[in-house]
Amino acid sequence: MRLFDKAQYRFIEKRRGAYFVSGTVIAMGIAAMFMNVVSLGSWLNYGVDFLGGSLVQVRFEQPVSAGDLRDALGGAEAPPITQFGSENEFVIRAPLAEDASITEVAEQIENDVTANLPNSGVEVVRTELVGAKVGGELQTKALLAVLLSFLLTLVYIAFRFELRFGLAAVIATAHDILITLGFLAAFRTEISLPTVAAILTILGYSLNDTIVVFDRIRENMKAKGGRKRDPIELVNASINETLPRTVLTSGTTLAVLTALLVLGGAVIRDFTIVLILGVVIGTYSSIFVASPALIEIQNRWGVADPERKKKERPRPATV
Amino acid sequence: MFKSLRGRLITIALIVLMAGWQLYSNKSETGQWLKLGLDLQGGMHLVLEVDDPDGTMTPEAKSDMIDRVERIIRTRIDEFGVEEPLIQKVGGERLIVELAGIDDEEQAKGIVQRNAFLEFKKVLPTSDMDGALRRIDRAIVASLGVDSITALGRAVVTQETSNLENLLFGADTATAVDSAAAAASSAAAVSDSIEAEENALRPFSSLLRRGDIEGTYAVLTADRPVAEMFLAMPEVERAFPREEIMLWGSELWGQAAQTYYLLYVLEEDSFLTGEQLEDATAMRDPQFNASQVQFQFSRAGGRQFARFSGANIGNYLAIVLDNEVMSAPVIRDRIGARGQIEMGQGTPMEEARDLALVLRAGALPARINIIEERTVGPSLGQDSIDQGQIAGLVGLALVIVVMMIYYGMAGFLAVGALAVYVLLVLGGLVGMRATLTVPGIAGLILSIGMAVDANVLIFERIREELDKGRATRTSVDEGFRHALSAIVDANITTLITALILFGVGTGPVRGFAVTLSIGIVASFFSALFVTRSFFLAYLSGKKASDPISI
Repeated sequence: MRLFDKAQYRFIEKRRGAYFVSGTVIAMGIAAMFMNVVSLGSWLNYGVDFLGGSLVQVRFEQPVSAGDLRDALGGAEAPPITQFGSENEFVIRAPLAEDASITEVAEQIENDVTANLPNSGVEVVRTELVGAKVGGELQTKALLAVLLSFLLTLVYIAFRFELRFGLAAVIATAHDILITLGFLAAFRTEISLPTVAAILTILGYSLNDTIVVFDRIRENMKAKGGRKRDPIELVNASINETLPRTVLTSGTTLAVLTALLVLGGAVIRDFTIVLILGVVIGTYSSIFVASPALIEIQNRWGVADPERKKKERPRPATV
Repeated sequence: MFKSLRGRLITIALIVLMAGWQLYSNKSETGQWLKLGLDLQGGMHLVLEVDDPDGTMTPEAKSDMIDRVERIIRTRIDEFGVEEPLIQKVGGERLIVELAGIDDEEQAKGIVQRNAFLEFKKVLPTSDMDGALRRIDRAIVASLGVDSITALGRAVVTQETSNLENLLFGADTATAVDSAAAAASSAAAVSDSIEAEENALRPFSSLLRRGDIEGTYAVLTADRPVAEMFLAMPEVERAFPREEIMLWGSELWGQAAQTYYLLYVLEEDSFLTGEQLEDATAMRDPQFNASQVQFQFSRAGGRQFARFSGANIGNYLAIVLDNEVMSAPVIRDRIGARGQIEMGQGTPMEEARDLALVLRAGALPARINIIEERTVGPSLGQDSIDQGQIAGLVGLALVIVVMMIYYGMAGFLAVGALAVYVLLVLGGLVGMRATLTVPGIAGLILSIGMAVDANVLIFERIREELDKGRATRTSVDEGFRHALSAIVDANITTLITALILFGVGTGPVRGFAVTLSIGIVASFFSALFVTRSFFLAYLSGKKASDPISI
């Protein structure tokens, strides 16, 4: 069985369309972040891990609605309650005074619920308490991790390929992370430790995809007469040659992640959604962002031989 | 050719056996294939830090302190009887404590966090404080001003003034309190402002009344916060007599419908500390339905104790735990190497047992704060395991089906290599004593994706070579050779990210990074060595130009 065998799509010629799509999506994401700043007070919906604070997760044996629970915990004065995964599970963001114990808060909640919803069969299944200091450190650490990862991969790729490959790969990865953050902002997904892990995984996955395409470009350039080929034609050919692999790998990864999403339970749902998003964006960006970026860098700053420079390609009529 | 193929297969068999043996021995040792993280099996995760409110400790001092804290907490937890606790120092000044399968979180936290600093101090007569009290009052007035003291103390002070007068001026306490209760509303209302003003000039001493026991003052429960605030002022500290301190008693003391806390006047230096303890046992006193902890001093401690008690017969002795006076018995006789701490009536036996435990393990050298705490109930953990297993198996099945359909025999070989890969990863996790967390499962599944990717890269290359009309064996060799650079570069960049995650992250993120790193290394080996060997075995029966199923 073969898919996309001997494909001859002209990806690079469509790059302006891709720029438009990416630009629009990124702009929308940034707009969502600004709206969050206005309504939430921060760019993203940071969870307990980042802001510090506490949460208590409860599970009921009998069906209970979020409204019932809110009433049981003091109506209008109740702490924020969100449904978690299955129908009878809720996460309560408990307010926490300095030095108060999360165990006591959890007990208090359990008592309140038992008193007001006597037959619901409530059980506290998870409690978390993160000091504000730890949360603040995490923000710094996450940023540090991303920047460090950028820097090291840039160095590695510059060493193994050429500097412009490294730059193009970093541009593509930054693009992916920006879009992912935009989605997270738009849907107000809670940013927790696993979400950060997922974003960093996207970083890895997107690079993986990009490098496979770049590897083919590198190989075609080194091949006999490779340097004389038209760069756009060469890059297009390289993308098309790796297309079967790209489709198959992304497809399998997506299949596994979908299984995880459907069957994996609520604990990793957000995590999985971010990963799925990342795989889709990563695949797209390796073709439509990383490879065009390589061409753009070469066009602008490249030391192409003067012979080829004269032979300007006519621009295609379509976008 | 055949010889090297046999060598390859033997190598694979050996590695599989080693990984299998790791898993098997772990299973027979601990009863489970893999050590599960707290999010999967339930338990408690604490991050502790040495308290440094002034920020004056150097990193070295903190690091040294946390080392000592670690040793003591380890001893305590070992005695507490938690199986395989994880106690780990991170970043030089923090301690992670992970306890799996805990029933009572509050109790566990108490055992970890309690300082358990035991001291024995001499109780001094309150007359020693007479001059000092005046100095303290003046210091408070000078520092805060009369107005703010009036504002601050009004509610507490005015309500009890008549009561206080009687107590201080020696009227019969019982009747005074009775009349006070009755008169409080009317009398206090009239004399409110005058009294309040007077008291504002004696802000501290007006809160104190002489206690029953020699060397103690009684402070109304409602007044304690104000008194504590005064005592914490640096000016007050300076006005104290040298070598003298005041500490609160641990128990409430009730008299005539009022409850009081006792404030003890003590010699600052303790003549003996918990370091001299040799043993501590929890006991039950059936006569008073009270719990107690009996302790025994070391030989040297016993001698010191005997010398002190011999010289202080008739005086009171305060047993101070974490700056709280637990009890203050009168010394009737020379006491030897034994003593006891009364826990008070109705105290459950567990508390006495916990106290005995922490006293045996020794005191923490500093106050520690819990800066992060996570608990996962066992039922949630079980759900995660079940769901994770099902999702993992379904995902794996999907991969197998896709590979077999798409690549035929070659896909089958790849699935074989993937099986070796899974064994390697699990064996590697056990070998590295890593725990499997929920993000860890996700990392595992992701690295399976990378292992598949490596195989796909190779197979696509082989197909290309075959399309060029090369002979089968040449195509296979060339396919592996060409795919190598992409696989190496892709894996190394992902590995870089995983290692950064490992360095920066804690807890679940680290678990993710560990499984991902192990997964990448294993997928590398699996694709380049195992798949290749299987291919060689598959080709060994064929001629160089025979077609293959790919």
